[in-house]
Amino acid sequence: MSRSEFDSYRPPELAEGRRKRRRGDRDGRPGKGGGRGWQNRGADGGREMPMVEDVEFSSYYGRSIVKAPPWGHEISLYLFLGGLAGGSTLLGLGAQLTERPGLRSATRLTAITATGVGGAALVADLGRPERFLNMMRTVKVTSPMSLGTWILSGFGVGAGVTAAIEVDRLTGEKLLPLGPLRRPLHAMETLAAVESAVFATPLAAYTAVLLGATAVPTWNAAGRNGLPYVFVSSASMAAGGAAMALAPVRETGPARLLALAGAAGDLVAMQGMRKRMHPVEVEPMDEGEPGEKLHRSEKLLIAGAVGAAAVEVGARFLSRKLRESKSTKTRTILRAVSAVSGVALAAASAYTRFGMLEAGIESTKDPRHVVEPQRARLAERRARGIVDDSITTGR
Amino acid sequence: MTTSTFGHDAIADGHWDHSAHGRKGFFTDTSICIGCKACEVACKEWNRNPQDGTYELLGSSYDNTGSLGANTWRHVAFIEQDSERIEKARESGRKLVSLGMPSIRPRTDETAAAQPVSTLPSSPEMNIDLLAPGALQPSDPEDFAGLDTAPPDTADFRWLMSSDVCKHCTHAGCLDVCPTGALFRTEFDTVVVQNDVCNGCGTCVAGCPFGVIERRDDGTINTPTDRGRSATEMDVPDKGTANKCTLCYDRLVEGQTPACAQTCPTTSIKFGDHEDMVAQAHERVAELHAKGLTEARLYGANPNDGVGGIGSVFLILDEPEVYGLPPDPRVATKDLPHMYATAGMAALGMVVAAGLAFFGSHRS
Repeated sequence: MSRSEFDSYRPPELAEGRRKRRRGDRDGRPGKGGGRGWQNRGADGGREMPMVEDVEFSSYYGRSIVKAPPWGHEISLYLFLGGLAGGSTLLGLGAQLTERPGLRSATRLTAITATGVGGAALVADLGRPERFLNMMRTVKVTSPMSLGTWILSGFGVGAGVTAAIEVDRLTGEKLLPLGPLRRPLHAMETLAAVESAVFATPLAAYTAVLLGATAVPTWNAAGRNGLPYVFVSSASMAAGGAAMALAPVRETGPARLLALAGAAGDLVAMQGMRKRMHPVEVEPMDEGEPGEKLHRSEKLLIAGAVGAAAVEVGARFLSRKLRESKSTKTRTILRAVSAVSGVALAAASAYTRFGMLEAGIESTKDPRHVVEPQRARLAERRARGIVDDSITTGR
Repeated sequence: MTTSTFGHDAIADGHWDHSAHGRKGFFTDTSICIGCKACEVACKEWNRNPQDGTYELLGSSYDNTGSLGANTWRHVAFIEQDSERIEKARESGRKLVSLGMPSIRPRTDETAAAQPVSTLPSSPEMNIDLLAPGALQPSDPEDFAGLDTAPPDTADFRWLMSSDVCKHCTHAGCLDVCPTGALFRTEFDTVVVQNDVCNGCGTCVAGCPFGVIERRDDGTINTPTDRGRSATEMDVPDKGTANKCTLCYDRLVEGQTPACAQTCPTTSIKFGDHEDMVAQAHERVAELHAKGLTEARLYGANPNDGVGGIGSVFLILDEPEVYGLPPDPRVATKDLPHMYATAGMAALGMVVAAGLAFFGSHRS
């Protein structure tokens, strides 16, 4: 077939596997017909031989166009913990105002732990962790990361004070060496609780904007189509779930309701968001590991919500019986169901955050996720008669 | 058109009115790029950027650099195309030109058929049609002014080469989202990272719609002689911080030309005042169109686009995605007001939900 004496030096042609990989075809998409000709073209030495196959170029060798940020599991963890901390603080303030001491101390300790671990995770993910304080050089509204740092710091002050008060109470106001500062510290409780509650919801919501204000296709599309709703719902669910697991059943009524509201909000907002996004932008949320995580999140969410609803119904109908009866059996069952479903709800929230972060990173890998939605919106604008805003111009 | 577009609001938005210098930029004319990669080398040498990778062959024509990144601030793309692809590029270019604008002279068949170049060592059926007769053989070798710089127009194969670089956007996503202020806009209206300030949070990496800026994480290399041994630690400057093209800020301050533009042997990379660059780009694309090369188009010369126009204008010969460029980039911070509003609504909803949870809860 070949006529060149140098052909023997050529490496053997690889079979189908390599062709497929090179072309970056995905299953189910129509491949390009023909295309075998390129292998022999120029084999007689009459003209230049192409070194790569004739590819239907819609991309540059299938390489990514947009780069994924160097964000690992630390950031996913922070997304979860930030939401957990914010929601817990709201529950803590409510518990203080409605005199639910068990719920109050559980949520406040959850909040400070989540803030501490989350903050540490953020610092650990920096390229130069020792320069963490450079975040505080400036306040930039165009940078959700900058605003977020200030929100987290503002939140941390109140959360720290209320947590210190809680610890002091739990240790019988003896262990902490506060001396004369004990009185002023305890006097600040309401102020600190309100202060951290003011920053609580921004803390739960800003991370959605942080992901949204990027060029990463799935995040950007999600951010434009209601990711903040998903994230605050997820945060409510996480905080409610954690409180259900940590505080006594008779005090966690509000936590259950918040968790149920969060679960419902998560489902609705997620569905709405998926519907409004371009199908190619949703794809990474359905496929591979991120897809599995989001799917698992949904299952845990439903299971946890059913459990939480059962506990709520049980607590309402059996409240009198629980108070009067000496038997602890029903109480123990309720407590156990509460703890298990609480953990399930918190885990559902964590899976949502890990899934969304990883889906975005996945969406940068195939240029299709960048090119197709962009082509679609360009064509859509052109169809509307807007032809003056393309980056590519004919003259 | 070229001058009037620069009165556009994008300039005011960027607060450039009081700039000490004019805006500087590149015009990369890929139609005369020969793929020598001198720009890549000059850039690496001047900026002392570490090497990427391990001398791997990437199987993508002559491009073994891969892409722009923390250590690669100029990247030459190589694309091999057949006649089908060339025709498609021509067709898409033609459509672009006719978008609500006066049409240009279409390529006539007479011109195409009339030039079987007998002097080339090839048979007529190769059907090379040089639009500019004599382009390959200037009668007087000294007279390069008369030399036609139109790319030789072969019908069945072409090689696209393009030197990509940071776009230095009017509305720069990386600059907007940087939380430390490490990224700043210079007096030349370029976007530069201060590596002694950057803490490597990586937000800018996600913020760039062109995938240019990157965090310099990998500081080890294997030279060919080291292969098989453990990676050699290299003296990597600014490790863990974001890195990208500075448009040779250090050279501009001294009134010099950026290294890549200075070294480019074909003047494919041109450097100068941004307005001049855009004007040249418009002229050049019109010139190529007049020769029938409808596939020629400009990338980034429109201040109305999603990033407000870019500082490094390109002339390309096919769709942008063929070169690995996004077809409709949009600075993500444009969505911020809407996203903040949504987040505000969501946060409010959470407060209400928490309040209702306490009101609706049964006291026991």
